[in-house]
Amino acid sequence: MFGYLVRRFLVAIPTLFVIITLAFFMMRAAPGSPFDLERPMPAAIKERIEASFHLDKPIYVQYGYYLKGLVRGDLGPSMKYKDKDVADLIREGLPVSATIGGSAMLLALIFGGILGSIAAIRQNSGVDYAVMGFSTTGISIPTFVTGPILALVFGVYLHWLPSGGLDRGRMTFTHLLLPVLTLALPQIAIIARLTRASMIEVLRSNFIRTAHAKGLSERTVLFGHAMRAAVLPLVSYAGPATAALLTGTLVVEQIFALPGIGRQFTIGALQRDYTVVMGVVILYAALIIAFNLLADILYGLLDPKVRYK
Amino acid sequence: MSFGKKISMAVGLIAALAISACSPSTPDDPNLKILHRGNSGEPLSLDPHLASGTWENNIIGDMFIGLFTENAAGQPIPGMAKTWTTSEDSLTWEFELIDAKWSDGVPVKASDFVFGLRRILNPETQAQYASLVYPIKNAAAVNAGKMPGSELGVTALGEKKLRIELEYPAPYLTGLLTHYTTYAVPEHVVKEFGSKWIQPENIQVNGPYKLDSWRTNDFVHVVRNPLFYDNENVCLDEIYFYSITDNNTAERQVREGRLDVNNDFPGRKMDFLNKELPGYVRVHPYLGTTYFSFNTTKAPFDDKRVRVALSMALDRDHITKSVIKSGYIPAYSLVPPGIGNYPKGAISNWASLSFEDRKAKAKELLIEAGYGPDNPLQFEYTHRSTGDNPAAAPSVQSDWNSIAPWVNVTIAQIETQILYANLRSGDFTISDGGWVADFNDASNFLYLMETRSGSMNYSRYSNPEYDTIMDAANREMDMVKRADMMMRAEQMMLDDAPVVPMWYLVNRALVNPKVTGWVDNIVDLHRSRYLCITE
Repeated sequence: MFGYLVRRFLVAIPTLFVIITLAFFMMRAAPGSPFDLERPMPAAIKERIEASFHLDKPIYVQYGYYLKGLVRGDLGPSMKYKDKDVADLIREGLPVSATIGGSAMLLALIFGGILGSIAAIRQNSGVDYAVMGFSTTGISIPTFVTGPILALVFGVYLHWLPSGGLDRGRMTFTHLLLPVLTLALPQIAIIARLTRASMIEVLRSNFIRTAHAKGLSERTVLFGHAMRAAVLPLVSYAGPATAALLTGTLVVEQIFALPGIGRQFTIGALQRDYTVVMGVVILYAALIIAFNLLADILYGLLDPKVRYK
Repeated sequence: MSFGKKISMAVGLIAALAISACSPSTPDDPNLKILHRGNSGEPLSLDPHLASGTWENNIIGDMFIGLFTENAAGQPIPGMAKTWTTSEDSLTWEFELIDAKWSDGVPVKASDFVFGLRRILNPETQAQYASLVYPIKNAAAVNAGKMPGSELGVTALGEKKLRIELEYPAPYLTGLLTHYTTYAVPEHVVKEFGSKWIQPENIQVNGPYKLDSWRTNDFVHVVRNPLFYDNENVCLDEIYFYSITDNNTAERQVREGRLDVNNDFPGRKMDFLNKELPGYVRVHPYLGTTYFSFNTTKAPFDDKRVRVALSMALDRDHITKSVIKSGYIPAYSLVPPGIGNYPKGAISNWASLSFEDRKAKAKELLIEAGYGPDNPLQFEYTHRSTGDNPAAAPSVQSDWNSIAPWVNVTIAQIETQILYANLRSGDFTISDGGWVADFNDASNFLYLMETRSGSMNYSRYSNPEYDTIMDAANREMDMVKRADMMMRAEQMMLDDAPVVPMWYLVNRALVNPKVTGWVDNIVDLHRSRYLCITE
């Protein structure tokens, strides 16, 4: 197991390197630069600013500078926010995005799992159709529709919950409930479908028949045997999905005016704030790698057939 | 532990977390008057010398006061200046400063202004907006690094006496001196903390409010500065500026009462909001124009007849009132009405014709220019990807295509930032674009069409006569004569039609009726010191 982890870690480094390289050159290939503004600045000033970010040098030299900084753990200064570094921006934005994303994923795993299991156990019943109906709806309605509706109903009309923003910069349950729900709904739907499908398959397999034949109670068969096997496809879905949710989603952060990292990333890309975009890409890639590894380890714990070599 | 137990434990844990985290919003301290302002953008900097956005101006102008500042109606009034005199040739201005202090009690000195102006022009500062103070003697040379800062035409004649020398007479100087690029900064603080002087723990201000905290993409919080010279007339104790970029989100928060003010709203919802939030909706003409530029260096737009024809054939009334519906005003001139020092203004000479007549005339002009079934007129119109421009584009295309079957226009949407870069490099045929004045004076629009404006003159219009009149207007101190000269220049330019004025911009705001002191104005500046909240 330990050897496996070390090997995976060693593979992660070149993967990350390839991603950084691709992202770096793709970002530079996009037309425009961070300093192409609506109102141009005097040429001498623009040259000076570009020189301070090494933008006056050939692109491979810039790439060298960037990698050199990365090795020292320096993501560089933002090219747009004059008083902030990329690390500052991530430090400010990530906790918000991660809290919302993490809560939404947890909520989705629990409710999606329960709904999917119920639907599978009562396959082709009214309950099953209701769950699948909800699930299809949940997948089809995008968050930019559910978000504003929830905000309008619970925030503006009913005054139960704030329609957006944080509580003077603090995250509280009431302020995060609507964004978390908005983010969780489609995930609940997807996970319910996945769970149902794999549960149905597992319930028909031989080891479940054996369990029943041993005279085990329905509960033990379901929770002790079936669930453990049925959860496997979920694990491989939830790994990357969690990474994506943790690093923030533009739509939800925009609708609920939340200072998360997803908004930062999109604004950064539009403004050609190269360093900010790179910083978030690296973070996202690292999280994906980490969560995939976690998923694989979980696989080993859940599936007795998997052995790490 | 069984799998089921693990799940029930996890659920219990989340519930516990949820309950422990559950707390209502922090209420405002009832003893303080606090205003929650939606500011529609995240400041890139709060340093007056590094900022460039209107949303940054809203905050900076609450913290710093220049030689001049704005009254509630956005007009220039003396700030740090008490009295001033102008020399015979209008090139030298001398200011006597009032007895004001920075928020740490250190007096505001004339040398702080000298320091500030040298700082913004120092190329090391990398100020993007420094060109605004180029009317000051030697400013451009200092900014280009060709002269030392000591050569700049700004001198402290004593602790409270300041002299500014100009390159050329600038009758709009008082207006320009309200702009943050000209502000003094506390020399003693900037020298001590360097670029970190603007951090909440270091900053000192001479305005009504002082920076308390700044959370990226969330809010900027400022609190009352008791040492502000007019503090006794300031009503509000604290202001939160929220950087909500989404209009719809901000609108919901205004309706919910979480925001008292938002300096924008979705234009197309105007009718709905008027009904839903009576008394909140504010719309007022702004210092901005949306206009198309022809690339006059390339065929077919090097032909004046083609340009005039296409300008005539656009139904601006229909586009603004039925397509965009954001309250914009159809434009037949480049300079928007209501701008400073320009009471009458010019207008395209065909503006009074009916749209049908204009279309017929346009067709005639195109035929005269040699276009017809055998020689169709084909070109691409590019427009910005943001704002109301994508909505207007299909109407523009259809207006042009309907001049005659042999007019064939394609449209292409381009990312706004890229489109402006293309406009400046001349890489377009006809394209939309816009201009919002830096200060309230007609010359700030008309200079765009001067030959010397280079890349800012998108259409590359070059008319020596226009340039001569504008040059003379820049030196004319008689404001009536000056306005007349600028009007002649604009008329000449409109007749040549290097640009198609489309609509004048408006500023929009949602203001809770309990907020008093909000005066709609053309510069869209509403300093918090004039505002108050009544219950």
